[in-house]
Amino acid sequence: MTGRPAAPIASVLAAVLLAGCSASLNEVAIETPIQPKLDITAFQRVLIAGFVAGGSDDVDANLETVRLLRSQLRSKSGLRVIEADVLPLEEIARDQAREAGAEPDVAPANDDDQGLPQKIQDEKDLAAYERIFANVDYWKKLGEEYQSPLIVTGTVLFTPHQRSGFVTREQEVYDQFGRRTTTPVRTYMERKGYILRPKFVFIDGRTGTTLYSESFREEILYNAQQNTPALSSYFELMDRLLPNFLNTLSAQKIRGTRVLLK
Amino acid sequence: MRRIVVAALLALTWAQPAFADLRADARAQVEFGIAVAQKGLWKEALLRWERATQIDPTYAAAYNNVAVAYEQMGQIEKARAAYDRAVELEPSNDLIRQNYDLFKEINDRKTGRTDR
Repeated sequence: MTGRPAAPIASVLAAVLLAGCSASLNEVAIETPIQPKLDITAFQRVLIAGFVAGGSDDVDANLETVRLLRSQLRSKSGLRVIEADVLPLEEIARDQAREAGAEPDVAPANDDDQGLPQKIQDEKDLAAYERIFANVDYWKKLGEEYQSPLIVTGTVLFTPHQRSGFVTREQEVYDQFGRRTTTPVRTYMERKGYILRPKFVFIDGRTGTTLYSESFREEILYNAQQNTPALSSYFELMDRLLPNFLNTLSAQKIRGTRVLLK
Repeated sequence: MRRIVVAALLALTWAQPAFADLRADARAQVEFGIAVAQKGLWKEALLRWERATQIDPTYAAAYNNVAVAYEQMGQIEKARAAYDRAVELEPSNDLIRQNYDLFKEINDRKTGRTDR
């Protein structure tokens, strides 16, 4: 006898408690200002010089990266962006190596006679070119040419990638009344895509020394039957890391939500 | 002995309403703070929530809100200190932890590793 009314009372109590909880929750949108990682108060101008690029032949990663960063900095930083020809840094690095007669740290099979690989296919190949960023005289001279700006350079490796394995995807199921539900299904899939590995190097145009450098890695995979242009994938991957790049030079606001409590 | 027991009982009966009054005052400040924060008046909100923590230093929700206000203002270390205090006061409060985790995610991105 006494057990029967207990269920409705309990459910009413639970409803009241839930209502009480939700009434004391207040979600608000906030914008957290993040200070720049690099103090660039000494610079009014920025030169996106060029990148040592490698990987896929479908995208000119040097040219596209310079164009993209220039356009981003023009609208999202207080620096004046210098319009200049994009530097062919691989050729310049090879010239410097030839002049110095230096032996490379890494010597892959397709080296030219200076030891630097003619075609950059992986991170090992890129590593041989990295010494160009330590050439203080070269960057100082370039800085003098453009009235001592902040110089942005680095490396970009954009490589095709494929992986196969089990992935979880949602499958639509319709019951006898035509109602749609989704259930997670694990299926074996062949997937292909790209990996983007940029390293941004920030150089003081007055002294030629490196102020800061930061490396990233982003990856995207599609169903193997899907035909996604390489350039679209490149922009999709760059989009993911641009906020981090911009935060090196300028304050950014990160949007989010928080719960205020009573 | 009997006097001591009576005195203790009296103290308890007075203390309970006094604490309830403090919490009610602090809660009024917190509620007002929330109302103004929702209108974007974060400085006023922060003032109210800090007053709430002064009135009732055990009020975890008020510290949580103080932390959110400091986050909005970009005062990261003050936000962290307030979140720490809120978690210390109510370690099992999932909502405070959720806010703090989101805060740390952004802050780690700012000060974290250079190579990813």
